[in-house]
Amino acid sequence: MRDAAVMSPADIRRAVVRIAHEIVEHNRGTQDLVFVGMLTRGVPLAQRIAAAIAEFEGEQVPVGTLDVGLYRDDLPERGPSVNIQPSDMPDIGGKRVVLCDDVLYTGRTVRAALDALIDYGRPASIQLAVLVDRGHRELPIRADFVGKNIPTSRSDDVQVRLDETDGEEYVRVAAAEEAEALR
Amino acid sequence: MSERIIIRGGHVIDPATSRELDANVLIEDGRITAVEGGIAASGAREVDARGLVVAPGFVDLHTHLRDPGLEYKEDIESGTRAAARGGFTTVCAMPNTEPAMDTRSVVEYVLREAAARASVRVLPIGAVSKGRAGKELAELGDLAAAGCVAFSDDGAPVYDATLMRRALEYAAAFDLPIIDHCEDSSLAHDAVMHEGWVSTRLGLRGAPAAAEDAAVMRDIALAEATGAHVHIAHVSTRGAVDAVRRAKARGLRVTAEVTPHHLTLTDETVAFGALGGGDLLYDTNAKVNPPLRTQDDVDACAAGLADGTIDCVATDHAPHALIEKLCEFDEAAFGISGLETAFGLCMRRVHGGAIPLAALIERMTAGPVRALGLDRHVPGIGTLAVGAPADVVLLDPDLEWVVDPARFASKGTNTPLAGVTLRGAVVCTIAAGRVVHESEVAVG
Amino acid sequence: MTIRPPEPRQAEAAAPLAATESDENAWRRHHLLDLDDFSVDELDLVLSTAGAMKEVLSREVPRVPALRGTTIVTLFYENSTRTRASFELAGKVLGADVINVSASGSSVTKGESLIDTVKTLQAVGADVIVMRHNRSGAPYLAARHADCSIVNAGDGLHAHPTQALLDLLTIRNSIGDVRGKRVVIVGDVLHSRVARSNLWSLTALGADVVVCAPPTLLPARLGDAREGDLPPVRVETDLDRAIEGADVVMALRMQFERMQGGFVPGMREYSRLYQVNAKRLARAKPGALVLHPGPMNEGVEISHEVAHGLQSRVEEQVTNGVAVRMAVLWLITRTASRGGRGAAKAAL
Repeated sequence: MRDAAVMSPADIRRAVVRIAHEIVEHNRGTQDLVFVGMLTRGVPLAQRIAAAIAEFEGEQVPVGTLDVGLYRDDLPERGPSVNIQPSDMPDIGGKRVVLCDDVLYTGRTVRAALDALIDYGRPASIQLAVLVDRGHRELPIRADFVGKNIPTSRSDDVQVRLDETDGEEYVRVAAAEEAEALR
Repeated sequence: MSERIIIRGGHVIDPATSRELDANVLIEDGRITAVEGGIAASGAREVDARGLVVAPGFVDLHTHLRDPGLEYKEDIESGTRAAARGGFTTVCAMPNTEPAMDTRSVVEYVLREAAARASVRVLPIGAVSKGRAGKELAELGDLAAAGCVAFSDDGAPVYDATLMRRALEYAAAFDLPIIDHCEDSSLAHDAVMHEGWVSTRLGLRGAPAAAEDAAVMRDIALAEATGAHVHIAHVSTRGAVDAVRRAKARGLRVTAEVTPHHLTLTDETVAFGALGGGDLLYDTNAKVNPPLRTQDDVDACAAGLADGTIDCVATDHAPHALIEKLCEFDEAAFGISGLETAFGLCMRRVHGGAIPLAALIERMTAGPVRALGLDRHVPGIGTLAVGAPADVVLLDPDLEWVVDPARFASKGTNTPLAGVTLRGAVVCTIAAGRVVHESEVAVG
Repeated sequence: MTIRPPEPRQAEAAAPLAATESDENAWRRHHLLDLDDFSVDELDLVLSTAGAMKEVLSREVPRVPALRGTTIVTLFYENSTRTRASFELAGKVLGADVINVSASGSSVTKGESLIDTVKTLQAVGADVIVMRHNRSGAPYLAARHADCSIVNAGDGLHAHPTQALLDLLTIRNSIGDVRGKRVVIVGDVLHSRVARSNLWSLTALGADVVVCAPPTLLPARLGDAREGDLPPVRVETDLDRAIEGADVVMALRMQFERMQGGFVPGMREYSRLYQVNAKRLARAKPGALVLHPGPMNEGVEISHEVAHGLQSRVEEQVTNGVAVRMAVLWLITRTASRGGRGAAKAAL
């Protein structure tokens, strides 16, 4: 039986702050950094990380948004969505891009994001920050910055909720039957 | 030789002799020899007519047999088999064949073919003009002598008023009518359906009702001027029905016919099909000339048939090959293959209360005969009087059946009624004393 | 360079979220034939998708692999520079393979029938056939006999759905929601499939639509509320009256090539009574938009001054055309990807 909330609001806040510090430490400052939040929940994540950096470093890191809907093949975790949003990307040529997303799972969404980023320009490097790594990679992709590692089974449903997108705040793992009942 | 047939237990309706009674009908040597209660008739073939209506075989004033020249659509053999399935024991063949029936030799060909291959009686209609081109009169006298019972350029109207006048005058000498396809070609230019909200919806060019009304009124005026007999083919508008009614009230020699589809189907059939539904179908099987019109026009036609303004039902059976209908609507041929669904479709109006069954039977037997005076050519046609030709049809007015064009005897499967359930079926057809059609129960 | 303030943008972010989770039923169409049965949600979906596609077009490398492996065939029975080029570019930006086929006029007499052509193209591998035909209803015939998707690029006098969609996008971009706004469509409405599709989409979204034309160029029964199911519009033969207070004026091409002649006494009379010029435009609302599906007959249905003036959105229409067609191609191919064509047909 899984614990209902794997991350509370406080856990999320602390993870965001830690990731922000790790990013600055790893990149030895904020020079040439650009955050790209992946629609949908990667966006508030990227914004919070940038806000945290602004607070302790006093530096503004640009934040763009990226919709990979036109780049992916069938992604099980996203479902056959037809909705695509306009992306809003700053110039990334020669920059160090940090991709931000809520959950890292098979890695296919990230692969699609890499394709998209290359079409926008030639970044100096691309790093990956995620709130949750739930395992089960199908591609050779890893996150550079992770909020929490949560082992899951394939039938589990990882639910991330953020104030900006959902009006509530938690990370929860629902076992398969429970996930069905909640639908 | 011809067998003896006794039709037992049916309800006889013979409008020509104003008789309606439960009786048996005896047929010998191709003629009706008795219509009464008890008939011994041992050794005769028994036909069980219990629960059925026994009526004279239907007479169709307007059939396109397509033979000679267009046999890929239909020929005399298949067309008359279709007639038999529809309960028709006489069909009048329209002359828009190739070559047109504008000379004696083509008429004689048709009569020879009919004698050899037809299931039912074929009466030829000669062309009005040479080649049906609408310019010069055909040899109407020779055509009359060859056996034509009327003249028409159908498919096409007689557009030129002078030619129509001369035709009426000239044909009167042989006491034969001109049958006109009433359509003002300039008003109906390029039209593929009725002009109304449906044609707007579909983006198709439509012909206004006025295109028919104007032509009908012109022909009535000419009939009055010449004192000759004009027969209006396939009436379809309220205006046309009203004009004919007024003409008859004034004693003019005007007769008229209506098709089963113009009694029942509207222009919405083109858009949505006979089965209805939301999707646009552009149903080419509903493409016909004159076009299917509005409910008001349909109701006017039904009322006109009921009150006798319209003398008869005529199918305008117009078979086409599949490829001529399986294409863009503008490109498709005009016409409905209607012989085999005529009775069932007309029965909608009987079941709906617009016209009683006996009156419908009159409009399909004595009515057409009277309209063209066909008993001058075939004495006793259209009636079950003793001595008349043994043309008999057995009807089940309540039998429901689903229209399946794949089972048609006609080569033309072009009907908008595929999959539609009709209530009223032809169970058996006897032509000249021979059984030419017997249906299985519940099969059309 | 985009610098985002670090506050959460709740309202904006919540909207895409809501859409993603409930869009299972947002698009189920396997074909795009006309806008007559589009719901408001469907129209909104196409327009918002077109907005995203516009962003793709604004990139330095305007290419995405969304339709990689998809084969799109443009089957045009009528000449058209702009519509065909627009679809071709739309397909290529999305990474599809685009093949252009020109077929000659009428089918049966001139060779291969429409159905045979469509089936052949499908067998060759077409996933989507973008069809323009001079006969109304032709794409409906194709759709009944094809498994692949059919997109109507204009059929006879009947419909031109992608044109109406790009018109709608153009209007939205300038004046926002069309509900209650007065849109005047003036010109040869009888022969305009662009007008007819626009009537459906604009009335579905609650616009106040006025159709203005000489009486001989008005389709039968349009504006007659008693009859049938035509879009609810008002009909006017006096342009000065119709254009009063208009928010949008859409001028239609006076189509020489379609007219059999005799509908109007001549171009001089027509332009005197029905031309959209500066003097007439002054009676519309200040800043009213001027649209035209093109190509324009300057001096006939529209004056040179207005055609190139500040209120004209003609160029934007063309740009929007590519984005709208990208959106349509994207959405149409989503049904195929949800389990193959068989499932798509069942979903129809």
